[in-house]
Amino acid sequence: MTSVKKKRRRAVVEQAACVACGCCVKVCPLQAIEIVRGIMAQVSGEKCVGCGKCARECPASVIEIREVET
Amino acid sequence: MKKRWYDYLWIASLLYLLLGFFNILFAWLGLLCFFIPLIISVVSGAKGYCNRYCGRGQLFGLLGGRFGLSRKKDIPGWMKSRAFRYGFLAFFMAMFLLMLWNTYLVFAGAQGLRQAVTLLWTFRLPWHWAYHGALFHPGVAQFAFGFYGVMLTSTVLGLITMVLFKPRSWCVYCPMGTMTQLICRAKAGKQP
Repeated sequence: MTSVKKKRRRAVVEQAACVACGCCVKVCPLQAIEIVRGIMAQVSGEKCVGCGKCARECPASVIEIREVET
Repeated sequence: MKKRWYDYLWIASLLYLLLGFFNILFAWLGLLCFFIPLIISVVSGAKGYCNRYCGRGQLFGLLGGRFGLSRKKDIPGWMKSRAFRYGFLAFFMAMFLLMLWNTYLVFAGAQGLRQAVTLLWTFRLPWHWAYHGALFHPGVAQFAFGFYGVMLTSTVLGLITMVLFKPRSWCVYCPMGTMTQLICRAKAGKQP
């Protein structure tokens, strides 16, 4: 039996360019993104459903929604 | 999501600009926006100020978001580059030191009080109506005029980039944000 790989959307942060302002954290409806040590945003792969609210909000536009295999 | 008390700090930011219009000495309160973020980052190694308490960011978010005064376009690449962010921080600090030097000259009696607010480091706006006299040394007022200029300049820059790009574009190159992120990086680097 072959395993079926499901594709799902999730937010991906370009962490080197993140300014850690926290705008994404405020708009996330699932609390799936947090600021780590005041340096950058980090997405929880489990919680994120890829709605894209954070990507639209990000003032530096360093978040994008990608399809990932789970 | 439930609103907390700190979600209303944009009112304080707005009030600050208004109060400085009537009495320049209120400009001293702006020091809170300098020291609180620094203290939070040094003590807890986090950008809690930006993330939660920054009234100016909230104000831009409100005007650009709910009031629709932003084009909501991507900020240009060079504006989010480290070179620009660190360069702007250095420039901002240099101008800040120049302002402190002018304050010192007034305290030392080498220069008279200039009842004006300098916008964008260039344009000297008359502001004499906000100065009411001699309760304190003129140097105290000079600092207030200078500091109000710093706050007004950064607000105007923030408003321009809010309109052109995303509501909180200011956060990308905010000198305080850059500085606190550097402190957080340094603190995280030291940890095992």
